[in-house]
Amino acid sequence: MNWTAIWAIYTFEMARFFRTIKQSLISPVISTSLYFVVFGAAIGSRIDKVEGVQYGAFIVPGLIMLAVMTQSISNASYGIYFPKFIGTIYEVLSAPISFLEIVIGYVGAAATKSLLIGIIILITSFFFVKIEIAHPFAMVAFLVLTCISFALLGFIIGIWAENWEQLQLVPLLVITPLIFLGGSFYSISMLPSVWQIISMFNPVFYLISGFRWAFFGFADVPIAISLLAIGTFTLLCLATVWWIFKSGWRIRQ
Amino acid sequence: MSTILSIKNLRKQYEDGFEALKTISLDINEGEIIALLGPNGAGKTTLISTVCGITKPTAGTVTVAGFDIIKEYRSARSLIGLVPQEIALEPFGRVISTVQFSRGLFGKSRNDAVIEDILRRLSLWDKRNSQIRELSGGMKRRVLIAKALAHEPRILFLDEPTAGVDVELRKDMWAVVRKLRADGVTTILTTHYIEEAEAIADRIGIISEGEILLVEEKNNLMARMGQKQLEVQLTARLSDIPISLANYELGIADEGWTLIYRYDLKADRTGITKLLTDVSAAGLQLRDVVTRQSSLEDIFVSLVRKDVEKVT
Ligand SMILES: Nc1ncnc2c1ncn2[C@@H]1O[C@H](COP(=O)(O)OP(=O)(O)OP(=O)(O)O)[C@@H](O)[C@H]1O
Ligand SMILES: [Mg+2]
Repeated sequence: MNWTAIWAIYTFEMARFFRTIKQSLISPVISTSLYFVVFGAAIGSRIDKVEGVQYGAFIVPGLIMLAVMTQSISNASYGIYFPKFIGTIYEVLSAPISFLEIVIGYVGAAATKSLLIGIIILITSFFFVKIEIAHPFAMVAFLVLTCISFALLGFIIGIWAENWEQLQLVPLLVITPLIFLGGSFYSISMLPSVWQIISMFNPVFYLISGFRWAFFGFADVPIAISLLAIGTFTLLCLATVWWIFKSGWRIRQ
Repeated sequence: MSTILSIKNLRKQYEDGFEALKTISLDINEGEIIALLGPNGAGKTTLISTVCGITKPTAGTVTVAGFDIIKEYRSARSLIGLVPQEIALEPFGRVISTVQFSRGLFGKSRNDAVIEDILRRLSLWDKRNSQIRELSGGMKRRVLIAKALAHEPRILFLDEPTAGVDVELRKDMWAVVRKLRADGVTTILTTHYIEEAEAIADRIGIISEGEILLVEEKNNLMARMGQKQLEVQLTARLSDIPISLANYELGIADEGWTLIYRYDLKADRTGITKLLTDVSAAGLQLRDVVTRQSSLEDIFVSLVRKDVEKVT
């Protein structure tokens, strides 16, 4: 392992994040606050407690997941697409590093950024609602794993994308709906049964459910199934990345 | 002289089926400066990209100091620095941090003294804290060179390093390359400025349509292919060449004011003394005598043109 090279990529990517630290952090804080105002205060006051949890608190895990997933994807896809677009990728390709090391550098940086944002949102939410985290270690583990697996997905999207439209299209058309329909703002027991069944096919649903379990100790599906889901998802992403590496797809002609 | 880079039967076919390199073989000696000349689309950049690992070879082998570029890519690539043809830099990065990044990317631990030396050599030290986007085009190109040198490579590829660089700076760059050679660095450069190849290269390779037409010591090449011509300017206009000078196959230029005599540098006797004696014997008065050597450019143009004629 060429850790010096991985560290170089990682710090270079993080430097970009810190150059725009204000935008990077302020916008998720503001949007989270807005969610609390709208969903928590305005709507939440008319909604009963969900399984004994205040609605405002109930949506916290979903809000964090929403932000972390979208941020992971956009950070990682942008992180690798941008060098491809402006041509600086030549240097990474000509360096004495393996594809695995490239992935660790870029995906690690993207995951770190979204993890930071997730933590900031969690801290912000403490100002609005009272939360006790039932399983703090599981919560952190779930959060980290989600950051990494979605950053891997973002990396794949960034390699695949041949223009800016494609880079934005997949997150917009596929990921965002999956996240919103994955139970960020509700328990699926609130849905009509047809939609409950449809939700079962949404991988994001298992992640949000598992994350919520870490917070409140209850969930839509057993935690083991959530773990299985995120494990499978991570493995799928890793397999795709490995295939990209073997074939040189869209990076090395 | 030992071979540091060995290219054997290298072929490159792009995904669209286009064959950009047709079975190229080339050995590059340690410490030399070799210039690759060739028209647009000849395959120069493709050759460099393939050696550096940016594109995959279709067939053939390349070794760098004995390391195979595929099987032992880590060892091979760590010896190579690459300055690409197109300027590609992160606009918001600072000069010094992008150069330090390059060193780290190649697995070398941080060394501020080395980076300072490189930046000073390229006259970038004063700009070290500037953002890339604030630099002029010529400065950006030098930043690319600094990045390529940051890990102290033994082989440097310069793909048109002086495109868009002013005359003075170009000479500075040549000085940098010569200094690198003094340190033992091998340089492979491509250029469209033939005087650049003439000025700094030890050897010259001419490449056209994916094939290497010739690789030769610059001086040999100039001597072997270089024809010299002697222009004899007269005090009186001439309409015909006197019969006594018929053997010299002279040409007439300047509407009869000048006689042109072509001779080969490699010939033992150039025949100039005899010609000049015969000229005055024919009663012609000399105003001036000028010699001209055909430049590399002439050689290049004639070679590539021949190649095109051969193909069509
Ligand atoms: N990615 C690619 N896919 C398909 N064909 C390509 C690709 N890159 C280059 N080519 C083709 O390969 C040929 C050689 O291109 P290359 O860039 O190596 O030329 P060059 O000698 O560097 O030219 P120039 O002097 O203009 O830089 C050209 O015909 C070009 O169109
Ligand atoms: Mg080129």
